[in-house]
Amino acid sequence: MSGWLGPAEWQAVALSLRVALVATCLSLPFGIAVAYILARYRFPGHALLNGLVHLPLILPPVVTGYLLLLSFGPQAPLGGLLESLGLGVAFRWTGAALAAAIMAFPLMVRAIRLTLEAVDPKLEEVAGTLGASRLRVFVTITLPLTLPGILTGAVLAFAKAMGEFGATITFVSNIPGETRTVPSAIYAFLQVPGGEGSAWRLVIVSVVVAMGALLVSEILARRVAARIGGRDA
Amino acid sequence: MLEVSVRHAFPGFTLDAAFEAPAGVTALFGRSGAGKTSVVKAAAGVLKAQQARICVDGTVLEDTGAGLRLKVSDRRIGYVFQEPRLFPHMNVRANLRYGMRGGEMDPVVEMLGIGDLLDRRPNALSGGEAQRVAIGRALLSEPRLLLLDEPLAALDDARKAEILPFLERLRDEAGVPMLYVSHSIAEIARLATTVVAMEAGCVARVGAAEDVLSDPDVSPILGVREAGALIRARIARHHADGLTELSCAGGSLWLPRLDQGEGAEVRVRIMAQDVMLSASPPDGISALNILPVRLTTLRQGDGPGVMVQLLAGDDRILARVTRRSAEAMGLRDNWRGYAVIKSVAVAAENISRA
Repeated sequence: MSGWLGPAEWQAVALSLRVALVATCLSLPFGIAVAYILARYRFPGHALLNGLVHLPLILPPVVTGYLLLLSFGPQAPLGGLLESLGLGVAFRWTGAALAAAIMAFPLMVRAIRLTLEAVDPKLEEVAGTLGASRLRVFVTITLPLTLPGILTGAVLAFAKAMGEFGATITFVSNIPGETRTVPSAIYAFLQVPGGEGSAWRLVIVSVVVAMGALLVSEILARRVAARIGGRDA
Repeated sequence: MLEVSVRHAFPGFTLDAAFEAPAGVTALFGRSGAGKTSVVKAAAGVLKAQQARICVDGTVLEDTGAGLRLKVSDRRIGYVFQEPRLFPHMNVRANLRYGMRGGEMDPVVEMLGIGDLLDRRPNALSGGEAQRVAIGRALLSEPRLLLLDEPLAALDDARKAEILPFLERLRDEAGVPMLYVSHSIAEIARLATTVVAMEAGCVARVGAAEDVLSDPDVSPILGVREAGALIRARIARHHADGLTELSCAGGSLWLPRLDQGEGAEVRVRIMAQDVMLSASPPDGISALNILPVRLTTLRQGDGPGVMVQLLAGDDRILARVTRRSAEAMGLRDNWRGYAVIKSVAVAAENISRA
């Protein structure tokens, strides 16, 4: 593959894969937790939390990126603190992962929450009567029955993270080898004469990755659903 | 020994029920909306009642007066619902193992006849099989108290007949106290040691199954069509003509052949509407089962019927007659006569081992 792709193109693909993978894996526990809270609890501020989670889906990505820059930039208190700990994210690939995670979060939470809401609370209730603690009920009943949604959510988030552009370029710019992901690279190649060939190859990679992700999630979800057996089947 | 006392105000309905029951099956009986399920939920701790005291064999599960309320998972109660609620992502074996406390699985599996199902998924089970697995799963958690909330209501008659014998074995062999909710008198007559009749959130009557079911005052709660007494009898002889002779306190009853051996104790349910009264010994009629009786209670209903409690030996039976007949025959306390029980009235499904 590296023979077909030029070094700059390959660098962008490898970086995008890394950014998307890190963004997905690190946000997954939070995604499950937020989906669980939204699905199972009613509290003052429920609508606010729900809105906050979905905000990146509705806001212009540039706005999200700008807000990230304001919060995590070197001049911001939070960004400065992370910088002093050696964990600064501004203009680094980790910042690209953070932007991608936030932009993909609504999709992930939505997919997990939908499946969670379909898990019958009566099953959790009966597990409790059998002596299982709340943690054990979550790990042995809730989580396995939510697995199809978790897989779907993770794959969707991965695909979304691969393609994130607006927030990323606003927050961490377009630095080759550090923050130039596939979409940023396509954009950059299109700005220079003779860059169309490279851009096209990256477009094909994007399409293949996105389609592949959707296919994989579909197959996994179906296989897991068959294993679980379904309540009504 | 089971002590239950629950008080909880729902919007538009107040539950205020208290009863004590000895070991065995305690049946909660009443119309839908009488509060039976709420009592069971409070016993399980699923319903956090405003005031409750739940005590099983000396162990206090909840005493709001003393500020004690064990968590659901700490109560060691087995809860079987109307629907099996098996975990769909586990096979039968894993479902059974879920609440196990280190005991043996085999005796329970054998008692419930689910040995061939262990490797199956819940969605490959019939309704009756799934419910048996659910009962087994609850039992294997070694509960202090088994709560059964209409466990047979969702099943057809054939599946009910498949499970009832297992519940009887459970009562006779497992020794776990059971709180059993049902609105089927046939089930209660078969299983219950103690009957708690509930009406509008309160306990209307508690007592031994024989006493409560033969009480004319309870029959409006049961529904007059379903009213019927429960008596104990012993199998005296199997006769060559295919009939089994039972001896009960008031005399002999003949039934189509029963499976149990001679000397076995059985419970016989006699429906009130299947009992006729006669002032003199009836002669030349086809009914075989005629017992001399003495009238103890006469209860006027709202309609044209009268519910009559009769003493046959020590056994109480109920008869439903019209008010017109009662007046014509001069029925009153201590009236002596004969109860004619249509032999078909002693239906096989209502006979169980005592």
